[in-house]
Amino acid sequence: MMMCKEATRLMSLRLEQPLTPREKLSLRFHLAMCGACRECDKQFTLLHRAGEKVRSDMEKSDQ
Amino acid sequence: MTTEAHTITDDHLSRMERLSSIRPRLLSFARMHLRDNAMAEDAVQEALMAAIEKDATFAGRSGYETWVFGILKYKILDIMRHQKRQGRLQPLEDESDDDAVDRQFQLNGRWNDASRPDRWGNPDTLLDNQHFWKVFDACMVALPDKIARVFSMRELMGLSTDEICEILEIKENNCWVILHRARLRLRQCIEEGWLKGDSR
Repeated sequence: MMMCKEATRLMSLRLEQPLTPREKLSLRFHLAMCGACRECDKQFTLLHRAGEKVRSDMEKSDQ
Repeated sequence: MTTEAHTITDDHLSRMERLSSIRPRLLSFARMHLRDNAMAEDAVQEALMAAIEKDATFAGRSGYETWVFGILKYKILDIMRHQKRQGRLQPLEDESDDDAVDRQFQLNGRWNDASRPDRWGNPDTLLDNQHFWKVFDACMVALPDKIARVFSMRELMGLSTDEICEILEIKENNCWVILHRARLRLRQCIEEGWLKGDSR
């Protein structure tokens, strides 16, 4: 069975490229059971959104 | 004819003013990538000069800020390529273990109690909170150079791992390993600074 460390690897990889069906399934299964990893997943997503916000703020016009 | 020339000059002047108002933002962006004040100043200076020189080529198709930001990104990547060629960056092929990451987990791969991820609250509120961004900046500075470089190119500049691999001459798998480490380090650092630090 997949452990938390491996689950975080897949959460990170998922932000780069689509996971294989097997990877998807085992990550989904792990997340269903592990609250800490669900929080970690939200945090990775937030870091991703933070980067998008940095970019869009750069392109904002003051006028 | 005279009127038209006059209008162009006014536009030109207003763009100069806009340049000085976006300069601080450009500087903080360049600093996050280059991690060196003098180098960031140079990159921004060059970008501003290029924006002034090429003012006539600004077609107005995109926003002016977007256009200038594009020039700065190009300058930063140029500097990074240059550093890479000069071997000024530590080698990126280091696949060795990352202690700061390993410490978050037990040997069996489960979270350590001390580093188990906690709830951060509403993402929208968080992204509008100045204290969060202070912690974010401090945690970026705390990242080791090579990890920070890959993370900032990927998440702040928005490049694909393909592009990053080409510029830094690393394998894609190596890129993924580094991004995984960057995210784990950042999440832990932010959690400590955000929730366990002086919460405001």
